[in-house]
Amino acid sequence: MRAVGIILAGGNNENLGALTAVRATSAMPVGACYRALDFPLSNMSNSGIGKVAIITQYNSRSLHDHLSSAKWWDLGRKQGGLFVFSPYLSNDNSLWYKGTADSIHKNLAFLKRSKEPYVVIANGNCVYKMDYNEVLDYHERKDSEITLVYKKAECIEDAHLYGVLELDDDERCTDIDEKPLEPQSDLISLGIYVVSRTLLIKLLEAVNAEGRNDLVKDIFARYRKRLRIYGYKYDGYWRTLNNIRSYFECNMDFLKKDVRDLFTRQYPYIETKPKDEPPAKYNNGANVADCLVGSGAILNGYARHSVLSRKVYTGEYSSIRDSIVMEGCYIGNNCLVENAILDKEVILSDGRHVIGDKENPVIIAKGTVV
Amino acid sequence: MRRKEIIAMLVAGGQGSRLGVLTADIAKPAVPFGGKYRLIDFPMSNCINSGIDTVGVLTQYQPLQLTQHIGIGIPWDLDKRNGGVTVLAPHIKGEQGEWYTGSANAVFQNIDFISQYNPAYVLILYTDHAYEMDYSKLLEFHKKNNSEVTIAALEVPIGEAGRYGIMNTDESDKIYEFEEKPPVPKNNLANMGIYIFNWPVLREALIADNKVHADSDFGKHVLPMLLEKGHRMFAYRFNSYWKDVGTIESYWSTNMDLVQTLPEFNLYDDFMKIYTNADHQPPLYTGSNADVRTSLVSEGCEILGRVHNSVLGPEVTVDENAEVYDSIIMRNTVIGGGAKLFKCIVDESCVIGKGVVIGEGENVPNIEKPKVYEAGITVVGKLSVIPDHVSIGKNCVIYGKTEFENYPDGRLASGGSIVHEMNVEEAEA
Repeated sequence: MRAVGIILAGGNNENLGALTAVRATSAMPVGACYRALDFPLSNMSNSGIGKVAIITQYNSRSLHDHLSSAKWWDLGRKQGGLFVFSPYLSNDNSLWYKGTADSIHKNLAFLKRSKEPYVVIANGNCVYKMDYNEVLDYHERKDSEITLVYKKAECIEDAHLYGVLELDDDERCTDIDEKPLEPQSDLISLGIYVVSRTLLIKLLEAVNAEGRNDLVKDIFARYRKRLRIYGYKYDGYWRTLNNIRSYFECNMDFLKKDVRDLFTRQYPYIETKPKDEPPAKYNNGANVADCLVGSGAILNGYARHSVLSRKVYTGEYSSIRDSIVMEGCYIGNNCLVENAILDKEVILSDGRHVIGDKENPVIIAKGTVV
Repeated sequence: MRRKEIIAMLVAGGQGSRLGVLTADIAKPAVPFGGKYRLIDFPMSNCINSGIDTVGVLTQYQPLQLTQHIGIGIPWDLDKRNGGVTVLAPHIKGEQGEWYTGSANAVFQNIDFISQYNPAYVLILYTDHAYEMDYSKLLEFHKKNNSEVTIAALEVPIGEAGRYGIMNTDESDKIYEFEEKPPVPKNNLANMGIYIFNWPVLREALIADNKVHADSDFGKHVLPMLLEKGHRMFAYRFNSYWKDVGTIESYWSTNMDLVQTLPEFNLYDDFMKIYTNADHQPPLYTGSNADVRTSLVSEGCEILGRVHNSVLGPEVTVDENAEVYDSIIMRNTVIGGGAKLFKCIVDESCVIGKGVVIGEGENVPNIEKPKVYEAGITVVGKLSVIPDHVSIGKNCVIYGKTEFENYPDGRLASGGSIVHEMNVEEAEA
């Protein structure tokens, strides 16, 4: 195997409000039955990367639950397999991860004990499908030392949420700016990096000695002239779950045939922890159209243009529009739900209305009884 | 091997010929049921839900799909270091191989497997039924009564008892007589084909009976012999849902039971979950013009048309304006635009052409196999192709890649069959 994988799943994001008060961004439920982490993790496994470390920090309970067994991603292995790293206390160290570089540095043994020539680093909160082998091939072809996967931003206003790259004609990186107020380019870094394992160890040790902790600011930006850093252009489907709007749109994207087919019908598939729910059950009053439905759902009411996750129950004469209803929600009879995100296990008593507006969907926190 | 208190042996070698083309190239235990499941999932899940973690599966007829489905038992948590699931196929002993000639003969040929675990009890199960059962309660009953053989018994209406193997019992439910399909039933306890034996009793009986009967069978030989010898045998009353799915009609109606608003057989119970092997479990989509009601729809389906009163397996596509009524559509099948399906069973990976009509016309039994196809249900076998715009009647059988020329005037009247022997590799391509 050519590479080991590292997935940075420790980040928190206040922009997702109540949804990430109870879980890491990487554990956000997506597309009725997945969690965000399933996408990079399945991509790793599907790219033949057999040794993957997931680095967690904030609110890691839901991630640990999700990763209780590695076999769903074919990573329950004696050779390699899945490693989950969380911050811990020791006699001489009681510090949390201070940044992306620090989180890998604190688990440097993982890299030192590996034999694979390369490391693929990815973020845990992005929804996409990628064969990392193509990036590795490009990395070798360009004789690159660090390769950053990038994409043209759909609108430049979004660029300030990402690392922004400037590339020369040969795709070599000339400048990199982390979340700039005034982006100088619309090429956004997707947080996927390929670097040789020994070089990464060297760089992490060097910046750590200087008390620096961030991969982008303290390594890529500072070393951009000394090292051969290249951009690899990706133009497939991409969503970063960094605010309510992108989260909402990402889920609604699954109602489009091309997106749905990409993830659910085109091999290799995105894998997730199976819940073994029975088939979805449409009862006599069900009137469900343009909806994504998870298994184990029992539907008695009306629904349009929504994502109804696993084990959702909708009552008679209930109506759901333009909403995301997460796993295990119970929607009573005669309820009305519009432009809303119902987190897991929300209970709406009979006749309740939950109505948000298009620009600003209302969020009901996990387990709330309305 | 460490000792196990109880192990289960699943008799899964039968063809199930009354299921016609549905078992043409797979074993009956691997036949899909309830959308995403296969018949063997019920006893396998019941075992793990009852705390039985050692299961031997006796396979024989067309075992490829069944063996792949079981794998190393991961979906049922039966991948264990000690115990777990073991597939036991007939094999060569000494000079020559020997097929499994009967249910008890199959277990007899695997005495060594059971002896490895030196269990106190052996549970014998078949794979022809849809039910959820906690076998630990059966075992408790077995122990409490100091029984040597306990048989699960379904309480059936006395008027129907003549269709079953009936056990006549005393007031403590101790069995004194077996009657196979009695014309005048004395009791209403039907044999469900679920047995717990004390292992030493079973072992001795298997060895003795296989000297007498070459096709040693539990129901026909072993149980009557043990009763005659005076062993303590009890009937354990079971009052929940249990259906035999041995015929096309019972297979269809048992699936249809599941779509009721409050089905008697409840798959939605977290405490007795049924597990199955699925390579992935994506969400399903119902399209903007879809109309789905009173139906079960499995993962990865794409429903753009109308589906009423039906059970759909995983990754089925129902195209725009297609209509599916009272039907069972299995995994990976595509129903073309404008097609109309009434009361039919379409097996895995079929392609039903645009505008095809199935299940209209007179209800006459199938001409070639009137006993198998008589309930008005048309059956389309695995990997079949039906060309656009043909019309097919009731009780028909289609199997294989069919072309428009196979249908005179674009029609196949009720009771007709088109069966093309096909090479699976060819069909997959």
